[in-house]
Amino acid sequence: MMQLTCPWCGLRDESEFVCGGTTHLIRPDLAASDVTWGEYLFFRDNPKGVHRERWRHAYGCGQWFNLARHTVTHQVLSVYAMTDPPPDHS
Amino acid sequence: MASQRLAEPAGTWVDRSHPLSFTFNGRQLSGFRGDTLASALLANGVRLVGRSFKLHRPRGIWSCGVEEPGALVDVGRGARRTPNVRATLLPLAEGLAAESVNCWPSVGFDVGALTGACAALLPAGFYYKTFKWPNWRLFEPAIRRMAGLGRAPTAPDADHYEEVAADADVLVVGAGIAGLAAAVAAARAGARTMLLASGEHPGGALSWGADAEVAALAASARQLGVRIQLRTLAFGVYDHNLVCAGESVSPEGAADLPGCVLRERLWKIRARAVIAATGAFERPLLFPDNDRPGVMLASAAHKYAQAFGVACGRRAVIAANSDSAYERAVALRDAGVVIVAVVDRREGSTAGERSHGLRVITGAALSAVLGTRAVRGCTVTPLAGGRGERLRCDLILNAGGYAPAVHLHSQAGGKLRWLGESAMFVPDGAAPGLVSVGACAGVFARGPAVSHAAETGEALALGRAPPQAPIGGAGRSDAITRVRDVKGKQFVDLQNDVLAEDVALAARENYRSVEHLKRYTTTGMGTDQGKTSNINALILMGEYTGQAPSQVGTTRFRPPYAPVTLGMIAGRRVGALYRPLKRLPAHDWHAAHGALFETFGDWCRPAAYPRPGETLEAAAQREARTVRKCAGLLDGSPLGKLEVFGPDAARFLDLMYVGTMSTLRIGQARYGLLLNENGTLVDDGIVARLSAQRYWVNTTTAGFDRTAAAFEEWLQCEYADFKVVITPVTSRWANITVAGPRAWEWLAKLGFEAALAPAAMPHMTLRDSALDGVPLRVLRASFSGELGYEVNLPADHAAALLGRLWTHAAELGAALYGIEALQVMRVEKGYIHIGTDTDGTTLPGDVGFARGIERKAAPFVGRRSLLRTASRDPTRLQLVGLVPLDERTQLPVGAQIALRPPPTLTEGHVTSSYRSPELGIPVALALLKGGSQRTGEELRVHHLGTTIAVRVVKLPFVDPAGERVHG
Amino acid sequence: MNYSALALLRGALSAHRNWLPAWRSPEPKPAYDVVIVGGGGHGLATAYYLAKNHGIRNVAILERGWIGGGNTGRNTTIVRSNYLFPESARLYEFALKCYENLSRELNFNIMLSQRGLVMLAHSRHDLDSMARWANAMRMNGIDAEILTREQVAARAPLLDMSPDARFPVLGGFSQRRAGTARHDAVAWGYARAADALGVDIIQNCEVTGFLTGANGRVVGVETHRGRILAERIGIAAAGHSSVLAKLAGFRLPITSYALQAMVTEPLKPALDTVVLSPGTGAYVSQSDKGEMVIGASLDLFPSYAQRGSFAVLQGIVAATLALFPSFSRLRLLRQWAGIVDVVHDSSPIIGPTPVPGLYINCGWGTGGFKAIPAGGWTLAHVLATGRNHELAEPFQLGRFITGRLIDEAAAAGIAH
Repeated sequence: MMQLTCPWCGLRDESEFVCGGTTHLIRPDLAASDVTWGEYLFFRDNPKGVHRERWRHAYGCGQWFNLARHTVTHQVLSVYAMTDPPPDHS
Repeated sequence: MASQRLAEPAGTWVDRSHPLSFTFNGRQLSGFRGDTLASALLANGVRLVGRSFKLHRPRGIWSCGVEEPGALVDVGRGARRTPNVRATLLPLAEGLAAESVNCWPSVGFDVGALTGACAALLPAGFYYKTFKWPNWRLFEPAIRRMAGLGRAPTAPDADHYEEVAADADVLVVGAGIAGLAAAVAAARAGARTMLLASGEHPGGALSWGADAEVAALAASARQLGVRIQLRTLAFGVYDHNLVCAGESVSPEGAADLPGCVLRERLWKIRARAVIAATGAFERPLLFPDNDRPGVMLASAAHKYAQAFGVACGRRAVIAANSDSAYERAVALRDAGVVIVAVVDRREGSTAGERSHGLRVITGAALSAVLGTRAVRGCTVTPLAGGRGERLRCDLILNAGGYAPAVHLHSQAGGKLRWLGESAMFVPDGAAPGLVSVGACAGVFARGPAVSHAAETGEALALGRAPPQAPIGGAGRSDAITRVRDVKGKQFVDLQNDVLAEDVALAARENYRSVEHLKRYTTTGMGTDQGKTSNINALILMGEYTGQAPSQVGTTRFRPPYAPVTLGMIAGRRVGALYRPLKRLPAHDWHAAHGALFETFGDWCRPAAYPRPGETLEAAAQREARTVRKCAGLLDGSPLGKLEVFGPDAARFLDLMYVGTMSTLRIGQARYGLLLNENGTLVDDGIVARLSAQRYWVNTTTAGFDRTAAAFEEWLQCEYADFKVVITPVTSRWANITVAGPRAWEWLAKLGFEAALAPAAMPHMTLRDSALDGVPLRVLRASFSGELGYEVNLPADHAAALLGRLWTHAAELGAALYGIEALQVMRVEKGYIHIGTDTDGTTLPGDVGFARGIERKAAPFVGRRSLLRTASRDPTRLQLVGLVPLDERTQLPVGAQIALRPPPTLTEGHVTSSYRSPELGIPVALALLKGGSQRTGEELRVHHLGTTIAVRVVKLPFVDPAGERVHG
Repeated sequence: MNYSALALLRGALSAHRNWLPAWRSPEPKPAYDVVIVGGGGHGLATAYYLAKNHGIRNVAILERGWIGGGNTGRNTTIVRSNYLFPESARLYEFALKCYENLSRELNFNIMLSQRGLVMLAHSRHDLDSMARWANAMRMNGIDAEILTREQVAARAPLLDMSPDARFPVLGGFSQRRAGTARHDAVAWGYARAADALGVDIIQNCEVTGFLTGANGRVVGVETHRGRILAERIGIAAAGHSSVLAKLAGFRLPITSYALQAMVTEPLKPALDTVVLSPGTGAYVSQSDKGEMVIGASLDLFPSYAQRGSFAVLQGIVAATLALFPSFSRLRLLRQWAGIVDVVHDSSPIIGPTPVPGLYINCGWGTGGFKAIPAGGWTLAHVLATGRNHELAEPFQLGRFITGRLIDEAAAAGIAH
């Protein structure tokens, strides 16, 4: 069970959080084609490596934040605010 | 049977002043406090303890610990029955009753042994090659009866379990001398240190002797405040350095246990640094019939002699592949066991030269074992060839070398390397977050092990890099110990009866990778998890395929290191604490007024209030009739409630809902649909405006958590610049719903203010009010289709208001009504219930809300998906009403609609169905392909072989003009 | 060589030295007609059907580890075809019917045990859902029945039938022809049969890139063991589909999650059917070795770790004990996780990719094992003919653009 660092509450067990999936998705507007819309809705990078995702401290402060986590080792490389740009982990 | 107890001082763990009696297979025996079941059985000369899995060969006690493959017993009865207990780990208790497993009628005479006679027909994987005709199912029952070990309990567990979280700077797993040294050093350097010992006595392999250094370290540890947990076995390393361990609090078996005890405790430990000091297993040698009772690990016999004071036999032959054989021999001889010979298979071994008085035969191996239920003797043959010599013995001990217990290291992601000289895998450097010391690190020499462990403890306490492990000291052990060119079965896995020839077969058939080998032969898949068989299996596969053991590879170790009790993993999350039910604030009031409670999602709610002798259905019909005729009272407290507040609240709600909420006047309410981005319906509810910047949002009961979370996600992640605050208030406000033509009359009797009267407050408005100082939020809304008031008030006042309303019920002819009656009425009105009349594919247009969408210009969640062609397909499933042609037969929910009987393409299904008390006929809602254009059509619905003729009708069934809500 | 009781007898008389390798370990050739990336059940079945149905034998399976080592070796062995939509029902029922004959066809006992499946209803709403399910299956011509509470208790006596259980059993729904099959045997059976027809099974061979030629058409793969050319390539790599897709330059509507499973120590027979509880998420059966085999829902964050979270494991065990409180004193013996390729509608993707000549079979999520024969059959069909098999036609990548999803999330029951 992982431990995640909530930016407000600090280091807590994974069971206090809910994963919201990939972050930094750009929503197309209503004029987008079906292809663009479908890509946004369903198609994902799904990396075997560093994944930028959003989590919510559901059983704590209730706040959302972003983090970069490796999907094989589960190592958390960085935690950053929802409105921050993603740090580079390449 | 003659007692096998050795004279004191042997038996340092055993208290001979406290005898205990127990039964084994019904036979009364005795032992002492401090014995395990295994040591007590051995003391009583019991050698035959079980039967192996496949061939039902006799099994005795083979080890003195967790690696035991044969001595498994079922303990206890009823709710305390525990199957597959290792006799080697079970502390003896007064009245303990244990039975052998996997044998019938008895361990001594087991019918299953017949399979042993057909062993040649049953090589590894034999079942893949046959049993194909006529089909497997014909043979399966018999094979299943032969398989399996213990018998499962049939009653729920009487005992309970708990979970504890702990954290430490340094966690040391294993309290042998290396572990103790590491813990002491870490504590001395200022770290909060925790030490786990799987047994009763710290000291590991030195815990039964009077080792001064061990005693000193243990004393220092206590003095320095090291938190020592005995009887606690670390079974897994998980993400981010979580170590889970199981503590045995009340071992099974004692006859005088109270009704319910805390049996085991799960420890979840987070440590900045973890030190594994888990020791090493002794590796057995391979030789013909090496599975007979009386063949054991040398270290086990040594421990039984010194710790328990039990002789495992009186005349021992030691099959040696390691220098350790000689210390064992001397120790056992000193304890009173005759060492017939040490048979050292290592050519040119000189280790025996220093052992005075021992007969040592080098360059030789056991080529035969005599005796089936107990060892009687063996034949020793030179490896170079020549005549064998028969030796008379009743005990054959394996001193085959060591296999470091690298499980935790591997679980943590550490790598392994093969140490050829000692034929063992050792950690190749540290694992992330976990460092190994002592034998499990491959450090076998005592002095270096202790100093390396201390340096490691200190380094990790101070946050420094740990020193490299001085691997070595185990001496020379041959990798391959299989005896060539002899008859007889050489066992690799003693529980699953995997032979060397099975590994050869796997190699021959190309099941050569380690995982294929394991799965094909089942080696290592028994309850001992291959602790003493995996390495030999690997070595054998290497031998047969011409590879070094490291090339064959190892399987990745996964938790649990040893089998762990399911109850301990679940802990307190059992019974009523598993997904606890939520209750209404006035639950007791409802119970006192005849509520029939049912579970709706996670809520416990009144389904109805049946009178004596009334069925649920009849009660619901009566309640619905009463609401429509006079008035009714429903507790709607679980309904989701949110307050949405801020300058951007209106704009935000417009984005969330299909409807437009920004145009609501203060006090006005509107029904809204919520979609997900894929356009499908996920929730519905009423939104009311409290002020310019404050909204009162209702969601469905089941959808509340999901909707609240979705709102927060949109707000915080996508519209982070919006100034909106969302506050969940479901449990703060109770909701008492009063519905029916006399609803207002009822409320007025209590003194509800005139501003709330139907003439003053139109349908779909919300007013803040008060009653006798209690704040109210009154919403005129209706799910029943009648004049309705949802009175929201602070939850702790709910029972009082219910009570006050109820005092006037009789004079009005009013009734309490539950969920069932509500469902009856809403179906009569054609109102959908999300999740019942909709599923994950339903779009708003399917349930009649297409026009609402067209009217709204602004974007909202899911809008783009509604523009896809598939979303506008006229043949989509659409909500319709159905009535049976005979006006009598109730349509079963889930019945499928089609003109022809199955098998055929379905045109839809019935989603909700009740008898309408108003119309006196059954009515139903259904989803029907292109249903909006099919009013009047006659169809059929099919349910489990029956067929009912129906007609498609327009909704609603009752009060089509919707006049009643206006009062 | 034929497997039979007679062959076993001959083996017994010759110390089992008569047996031949179940499959060869050939060196990869420089080129094949078809290359299949992924040596799990679906990939192996594809190769078999390419040879058997279409006579295409110049085929290589490239498996980065050892065959059957991915999800095929990690599932809970359940086979069933109880799906809601006609498109799914046809696909899974086709697979189940193949399974019914597979041991004989492959001459390898896959230990198909059609011991039935019981899905539990814990509320009246559940009973309604199951009625819809059972009726939908019957519309599709598949066996299904509704069980009373008493009938459920008779099938699984160790279930907690007390009325005040947190998840009381009100009744259930059964597919008699559902059951279990030995997962390793399915992989090995297909492998041996494909190999016998001339297919090369190349293990320890990881694809590191795709080679494309004119018009962006695929012409081969790069691997750790060299370059292998082929004009038709099929990907059957489950949780690693996105990794391979990325190498080929496109994305998939997949997220990979850990799905955990576990077994207890072996016991004498105590559970003779498969029990599935959508309400708690748990599913339980007893293997022929006597181990209780337990699974439940996904770990809820993307992972390729094949481990699973301990917190989720606790939830799975708690769910199991809610159904079978007498299992509390049993011991967990082994636990593992697969990497499941989950798509939004829990229905597979079988067909062409944006790269000409490159086809894919993926998206089975938590339910791929029961469909192996159908996945293999249909991927083989499109590889051989260039046209989708009619069973696979509704399951194309394009449905995520058009929105014509086949949302079996309800039928997958448990996960996601």
